[in-house]
Amino acid sequence: MGFIHESYDVIVVGAGHAGCEAALAAARMGAKTAIFTMNLDSIANMPCNPNIGGTAKGHLVREIDALGGEMGRCADKTLIQSRTLNTAKGPAVYSLRAQIDRRSYQREMKHTLELQENLHLCQAEIVELVIKDNKVEGVITHIGSFFPAKTVILTTGTYLKGRIIIGDVTYEAGPDGLLPAKSLSESLKRHGIELRRFKTGTPARINRRSIDFSKMIEQPGDDPIVPFSFETEKIEREQVSCYLIYSTEETHRIIRENLHRSPLYSGVIEGIGPRYCPSFEDKIVKFADKERHQIFVEPMGLDTEEIYLQGFSTSMPEDVQYAMIRSLPGLENAQIMRYAYAIEYDCINPTDLKLSLEFKKIDGLFSAGQINGSSGYEEAAAQGIMAGINAALKVQGKEPLILDRSQAYIGVLIDDLVTKGTNEPYRMMTSRAEYRLHLRQDNADARLTPIGYKIGLISEERYQKFLKKQKAIQDEIERLRKKTVPPSEKINEFLDRHNSSRIVSGIKLYDLLKRPEITYDMLKEIDDEIPDLPNSVTDEVSILIKYEGYIAKQMQQIEQFKKMEEKIIPEDINYDEIKGLRIEARQKLSKFRPRSLGQASRISGVSPADISVLVIYLNALGRRRNGNEG
Amino acid sequence: MEYPSHTIRYGKIIDPDTNEVIDEVLISKMAAPRSYTTEDVVEINCHGGFITAKRILDLLFRLGIRPAEAGEFTKRAFINGRIDLVQAEAITDLIGSITEKSSKVALSQLEGRLSGKLNRIRESLIDILARIEVNLDYPEYDFEEVTINECAKTIKSIIAELGNLVESFDYGKVLREGLNVAIIGKPNAGKSSLLNRLSGKNRAIVTDIPGTTRDILEEYVNIQGLPVKLLDTAGLRETADVVEKIGVEKALEAVDSADLVLFVLDAQTGFEKEDGEILEKVKDYSSKILYVVNKTDKTDEEKINEIRIRIPEVIEISVLEDHGIDVLEKSILEHANKSRIDTDNQVIITNARHKMLLAEALDSLKTALSAADGGMTLDLISMDIKNAAEKIGYITGHEITEEVVMNIFENFCIGK
Repeated sequence: MGFIHESYDVIVVGAGHAGCEAALAAARMGAKTAIFTMNLDSIANMPCNPNIGGTAKGHLVREIDALGGEMGRCADKTLIQSRTLNTAKGPAVYSLRAQIDRRSYQREMKHTLELQENLHLCQAEIVELVIKDNKVEGVITHIGSFFPAKTVILTTGTYLKGRIIIGDVTYEAGPDGLLPAKSLSESLKRHGIELRRFKTGTPARINRRSIDFSKMIEQPGDDPIVPFSFETEKIEREQVSCYLIYSTEETHRIIRENLHRSPLYSGVIEGIGPRYCPSFEDKIVKFADKERHQIFVEPMGLDTEEIYLQGFSTSMPEDVQYAMIRSLPGLENAQIMRYAYAIEYDCINPTDLKLSLEFKKIDGLFSAGQINGSSGYEEAAAQGIMAGINAALKVQGKEPLILDRSQAYIGVLIDDLVTKGTNEPYRMMTSRAEYRLHLRQDNADARLTPIGYKIGLISEERYQKFLKKQKAIQDEIERLRKKTVPPSEKINEFLDRHNSSRIVSGIKLYDLLKRPEITYDMLKEIDDEIPDLPNSVTDEVSILIKYEGYIAKQMQQIEQFKKMEEKIIPEDINYDEIKGLRIEARQKLSKFRPRSLGQASRISGVSPADISVLVIYLNALGRRRNGNEG
Repeated sequence: MEYPSHTIRYGKIIDPDTNEVIDEVLISKMAAPRSYTTEDVVEINCHGGFITAKRILDLLFRLGIRPAEAGEFTKRAFINGRIDLVQAEAITDLIGSITEKSSKVALSQLEGRLSGKLNRIRESLIDILARIEVNLDYPEYDFEEVTINECAKTIKSIIAELGNLVESFDYGKVLREGLNVAIIGKPNAGKSSLLNRLSGKNRAIVTDIPGTTRDILEEYVNIQGLPVKLLDTAGLRETADVVEKIGVEKALEAVDSADLVLFVLDAQTGFEKEDGEILEKVKDYSSKILYVVNKTDKTDEEKINEIRIRIPEVIEISVLEDHGIDVLEKSILEHANKSRIDTDNQVIITNARHKMLLAEALDSLKTALSAADGGMTLDLISMDIKNAAEKIGYITGHEITEEVVMNIFENFCIGK
């Protein structure tokens, strides 16, 4: 062994979106932390689409921010276009999405890591984990140096044994022309960690100068810009546009004629790709009756001419790609800067993890991000912050922080991965969340900031500001509940104007706001006492009043859900002892070792009957243990 | 036992203490896991008669075997994972069912007809959900903007189907527990003799002295396959007799809880003041009353007309001469079949838990429709549709969220 470095509380392997959040969270909670990257200039890279947010993903960014994470702040500083999606489809699914200046984001994140107290940012490839008696002791770099650590977080993204496929050409590589991590996989396998092969891909990049935008539909940003971070008050910035085009008959013909050359169909690609993000040739095969597909043309940044073609990912050979791209409207003369590729990589089976993201069988080893079988920057960052928090809590000798499915999308994400497992790169969707109306992006702070404060990621100053905001919301709801307006001519004229039915007796502003056609801002016309409140407060007031009935119903469902989640299964339970469990259920339960009855009920292969048996057993066990104690 | 599973052997049960042969029997052996409970099962077939069976059981109990608790075999089959919840509940109903017709329902449920129907409903709800959800989760893609109006048609037909299922519970209850029929009428109108005629037994005490039946007599009868519980009440009349007064109160309670009331009038006496009083007392229940005019053999048209004037639809019978009984039975059956559910073709809910869940699903779908009418947003409408699908999933044992997501991936083209 080479040089032995000083010891760390937390070591993070990889500085992508998961690694950055993990390292910052651990360091901010006071853990002595080191983060390693193979290349300091590729920190927080976006090797695929240059945007952050979108449905459910925007929710994750808000939650990361509410806990005290970095992604939202960094995105606010570097976004070049912002949109709120789904504004007509309801408060549960309003979603923020922003185009990001990719290089600025990387620079900003790198600098944040550099400035962070307790954090050592270091360039090195980690080639080996040191594990003794199922307990992690540190990591060894490619040079042979040893960094001792109490906990290690793996955030290796798509780098582990990365292999790039373009047509029939394959070569070992990480994303974006970076080097792959070839050695760490072997070390993980030696320690009994099961590895799987997943696949993802990215479309081509085109030089803006070669594009004819007049043939495209412009998609400008929204005004005003709604920030991701609860800490960002306002963003005033010139925005750039994205463009929309449709694939042509010619595009589809080219693909059909060259299908035999696609590695997806010729068998070169073995990794399991995501169903929700098929390559373009997949779309043509699976949805043969669809005449055209949307393709989004998105800028990669302000100081680059690179343009990203969202919706056009492929692993066809170069000549086919060339023809495909040039068959698209406005891209007839396209100059391709980077060709599309598919990438295969090693990842773990997330069911080997506890809900804290620590390996069940290796004490002190955590993992987060794409290595856990997820997809997407936001999903990675969300796991990253949780792994960072839990590693730091472990060092402090405290219980892990586990967010459940009713508290956060982060909870849904981790529970899905860890409890159900995944057979493809996992993408967050709002339809995966059972309690979507409660898990809104606007109330992420109300849900999570007190938790962030408790664990030490939210400053006293921010917490006081948060409390003030919550009080303002409650006060305003109370005021609207109390204030009645009389059925005057002025009010009825106001109601006529907004296509709302007239009133004959006094009505509370609260009840007026419940009418779908009346917005909070309209109330200003008839209420001269309306206080001057920021949008973040009035939006919340409006949602809480308008959807009161639905929210109440959702809270009841959550209460039911919590009952099962709160039934904790003793860690020393012996499933072999339980008569009546089916063999499959017994094996699954013994392997998964679920934390609660709720989690047990979500394991595939465990039936409601098994849960009944488990409930009966736990009740009897509880009585026996209580009896023994008494 | 050293012989192969799933065979039947002949043998003798011998008391080991006395060496006495108790009975000649047939023994069937079913080794685990190929048995009802998936555990080892042995069945003993002995000669008929209570005494022999009891002696064999006594011997077995003496040797340390205990009797099964009610439903224990089904419970074990369920716990061992051989049958699902719907099946287990259907079996419980089967055991509890009284007549042939209700066992038919229990059996079809057992065979999964209810599951089949519910699965179809659940799948169409999931289709609707996926269409809504893909719009919510992939707003940047140009899928046909889903309008709730398109889904409304399907939802409406599901509401109708669920409504029928929920209503069928009442009929299912009738099949399982029997139709509750209260017989009322003034004293000595012939209620008890009607009950006896319907049950074919001489159970109620029949006299000519008014007020002989002072408490309520119950009798289970089988009317063309429909289980019927007949309640013979005391005559409903103003009385000073304390015992009889209690009887009258009980009779009114019986009317209240009955599925059907037979109001017996006496053709011999015509329409009397007492009949008028009773008519007044039960006027709120008129929709479930059949008016039966008894003793038509002992009177003339004029007397019967007295009654016909006041009550247009009567069934005329003579218990004594066995006249009109078939018409009455047919009317009782028609009343039970009012919702026109044909057990041979339809699925019927016979389990209270199922009824509750389906009623909740029904409510949720109604809420979803009215929310759509009220201009609510898709995320809220979807919440109630999902809730409905989930409630049905509790019966069929399916998890909804994952299925919606799968459906989105399978049916919509999305990607980067």
